[in-house]
Amino acid sequence: MEIRERYDHDVLVIGAGGAGLRAAIAAQEEGLSVGLVCKSLLGKAHTVMAEGGIAAALGVVRDEDNWRVHFRDTMRGGKGLNDYRMAQIHATEAPDRVREMEGWGALFDRTDDGRMNQRPFGGHTYARLAHVGDRTGLELIRTLQDHAVHEGADVYMECTIVKLFAVDGRVAGALGYWRPTGEFVLFRARSIVLATGGIGKAWKVTSNSWEYSGDGMAMAYDLGAELLGLEFVQFHPTGMVWPPSVRGTLVTEGVRGEGGILTNSEGERFMFRYVPEMFQGDYAETEDEADRWVGGDRVNNRRPPELLTRDVVAKAITAEVEAGRGSPHGGAFLDIAAKRSPEYIKKKLPSMYHQFKELAEVDITAQAMEVGPTTHYVMGGIKVHPETAETAVPGLYAAGEVAAGLHGGNRLGGNSLSDLVVFGKRAGEAAAKSATAAELAEISESDLETAITESLAPFQRQGGHNPFEVQEQLQRVMQDKVGIARTAEGLQEAIEDVRGLRGSLKACSVSGDRAYNPGWNTWLDLRSLLLVSEAVAISALGREETRGAHTRIDFPETDPEQQKNNTLVTEEDGRMVARKDPIPVVPEDLQTLIKEGV
Amino acid sequence: MARRTFEVYRGTAADGKLENYDVEVEPGMVVLDAIFRIQAGESPDLAVRWNCKAGKCGSCGCEINGRPKLSCMTRISDYPDGESITVTPMKAFPIIKDLVTDVSQNYRANKKIPQFRPRPKDAEDGWRMYQFEVDKAQEMRKCIECFLCQDVCHVLRSHGKHEEFAGPAYMVRTAAFSMNPIDTVDRIEFLKETGGIGYCNITKCCTEVCPEHITITDNAIIPLKERVVDRYYDPIKALVRLVRRGGKNG
Ligand SMILES: Cc1cc2nc3c(=O)[nH]c(=O)nc-3n(C[C@H](O)[C@H](O)[C@H](O)COP(=O)(O)OP(=O)(O)OC[C@H]3O[C@@H](n4cnc5c(N)ncnc54)[C@H](O)[C@@H]3O)c2cc1C
Ligand code: SF4
Ligand code: SF4
Ligand code: FES
Repeated sequence: MEIRERYDHDVLVIGAGGAGLRAAIAAQEEGLSVGLVCKSLLGKAHTVMAEGGIAAALGVVRDEDNWRVHFRDTMRGGKGLNDYRMAQIHATEAPDRVREMEGWGALFDRTDDGRMNQRPFGGHTYARLAHVGDRTGLELIRTLQDHAVHEGADVYMECTIVKLFAVDGRVAGALGYWRPTGEFVLFRARSIVLATGGIGKAWKVTSNSWEYSGDGMAMAYDLGAELLGLEFVQFHPTGMVWPPSVRGTLVTEGVRGEGGILTNSEGERFMFRYVPEMFQGDYAETEDEADRWVGGDRVNNRRPPELLTRDVVAKAITAEVEAGRGSPHGGAFLDIAAKRSPEYIKKKLPSMYHQFKELAEVDITAQAMEVGPTTHYVMGGIKVHPETAETAVPGLYAAGEVAAGLHGGNRLGGNSLSDLVVFGKRAGEAAAKSATAAELAEISESDLETAITESLAPFQRQGGHNPFEVQEQLQRVMQDKVGIARTAEGLQEAIEDVRGLRGSLKACSVSGDRAYNPGWNTWLDLRSLLLVSEAVAISALGREETRGAHTRIDFPETDPEQQKNNTLVTEEDGRMVARKDPIPVVPEDLQTLIKEGV
Repeated sequence: MARRTFEVYRGTAADGKLENYDVEVEPGMVVLDAIFRIQAGESPDLAVRWNCKAGKCGSCGCEINGRPKLSCMTRISDYPDGESITVTPMKAFPIIKDLVTDVSQNYRANKKIPQFRPRPKDAEDGWRMYQFEVDKAQEMRKCIECFLCQDVCHVLRSHGKHEEFAGPAYMVRTAAFSMNPIDTVDRIEFLKETGGIGYCNITKCCTEVCPEHITITDNAIIPLKERVVDRYYDPIKALVRLVRRGGKNG
């Protein structure tokens, strides 16, 4: 089997969203040669879709804000499962990472005195999200992309990595194929950063694209990395519910940040009834108080309960629908027109305005939207060192959505974009440092040949399943049995189902040739997606409590004992197993900070 | 449930034809949904690009009944019942396969634009800019790089001047940098020489197809053309400006 193209780099970055781009920039600054690989065209990663904003305690809008408040919000939002050190680093470094992007050309929305404006978001004590209308991710990715390219990164786009290789225990290279031609290509590197994003394509109702098949997690796992906290998958409370073809498409939390209210079929603003004990006293208790807050008096009033954390709002909407108080298409009403003028809405939420107008024929400046939960983000992922982002595999780093630790049991809105730039930079720097001390290694030709033969297997078969069928079946299993509300029985069934689908995958065939063949590409992605789906299900089965984004109908309470451990999935004797991984003990001063406030 | 006929381009640059597909459609479906149904059924190897399915990433540009469009934002019900809908790749770029074209020339054009360089910081925490100062540049920064304007522009589409003219999308990008209030870089020579702004004869076709409603011609190209004209064809003005502003006017 021939590999016509081979490239060597000091650092190889796999993934060109915010995390990968920021890592590439950091490694380039060290004067190293950097290769940047991505499945889609450059600039089309999930980061481009981010809407609401990037969280950083800049202290512009409210000067009481600082890293301590941001840290506390992140830990409380994560329900105690966060890696405290990551949360601390994130809160401390986010402001500088946001500001430096202005120097690379980013133009965030401004305050009246010419500084970066910030908007309120769920779970954040103060208005904290720097933003550009509702297209913050686009601003971020273009800025980083232009900077990285102009500084000299070698970009390999529409190139999918299918396998990582280690030599003598250290990561050594990656095998990929060009989507346009189907030809294989080998990258060797002294160190590798994974920034491949999440796994949301495993669910039927999702805001995620075809790229989110968990490749990074699956490939790292194959090499001996550990997967942490995968039971925590965020279901964003507000996805579109109608028409069917856009079910799951995201409606930014910015709508609620700008004052949007949630109501049920009886016209009741139901979120007032769903404030959890932990947050009692932090949110407005009457509609009048909430209105005064939206009106601008944020010092004397508390924020509306619509701005509770995502896990809470998603469950509340689900409960309303189950109680028979849902909207016509099975969601809740989200109304911004009731609180803001049409001009304001078009200025602050332009892409939401177009999205509803063009896809649902709803004018959000006059009518309420219908919204319901959609699979959005995975808090779990590859376990990394909190300072360097190194995985259990020497020389292999992970940053962004593919990595775990920062967000614990539930992520706050806006904390992902800041995660990307904070830990992307750290991963790039650490990878650069370790690259200078490592040598390029020879990857065995027979290992490469095996990997290629496995990748091409479905071409050798005829009359098998269509990979898209297997994908649809998987999405149904995960949606029904590993969705927002889970039971032991359902999860056990799901594990069996997923294992069965691995068999179906082996019996798939694909037609046509290797050039730009979505059937074949999907088949390859499904290898990762099935592995990660199983890891999610066994992690969820092991956590016998309800916490953050993980809801067990058979264990509806939060169990303080289970706050002591995270779930860790590893391979033992060729089998996937989940075990408990003690959470690092939070130092006393930070504990007091979390409990008692700043 | 209704059925609609789609005529989809299948093949490569060398060899291809329109293939008919009969697709079951539901209310609210967009053209990209129909492509997915074809993939899930008879043709899993039908090539198409997409990511966000919400008009945000600019991956899914193609031509629907000959008009450059995002297939994820084009509703099937926009086309009269009973008529078939044709879906073909963007014509201004070489076809790779089916609906997928080689758009690498756009990335090359982008790389040639002189990079953004800011003035020194105004304060320790960065720069001071007012909203009214950034509004214009923010309009340009809405560009999702869907390449539909590149596709419709006759300079590229009919005359193939991809190496001589950066195209409307990269006039927009140049404008985005140059309208940034803290930018210091002169891009006028680039616009005239490498960027080939002179090729644009202001037909405004690009503005009409932009899904982000960027007024490409009026707000990006014309102001940039004026700067080029000022520099190269009005020596007195250019001299005065040079003396007064110390260089920066790109
Ligand atoms: C609709 C939407 C709105 C959002 N809004 C916000 C928001 O307002 N604020 C916020 O903080 N967060 C938001 N998020 C979450 C946030 O955008 C993502 O978590 C974040 O962008 C992920 O960035 P990343 O760099 O980790 O990965 P991505 O940006 O997804 O990039 C992953 C990269 O990896 C590449 N890749 C994957 N697999 C392979 C492979 N096998 N080989 C080669 N390359 C590969 C992909 O091509 C891509 O380039 C939103 C998410 C969505 C979907
Ligand atoms: S206005 Fe200029 S750039 Fe736009 S389509 Fe016409 S010639 Fe091309
Ligand atoms: S300017 Fe408009 S049409 Fe052109 S690439 Fe950008 S978004 Fe697309
Ligand atoms: S798929 Fe992103 S714009 Fe159409």
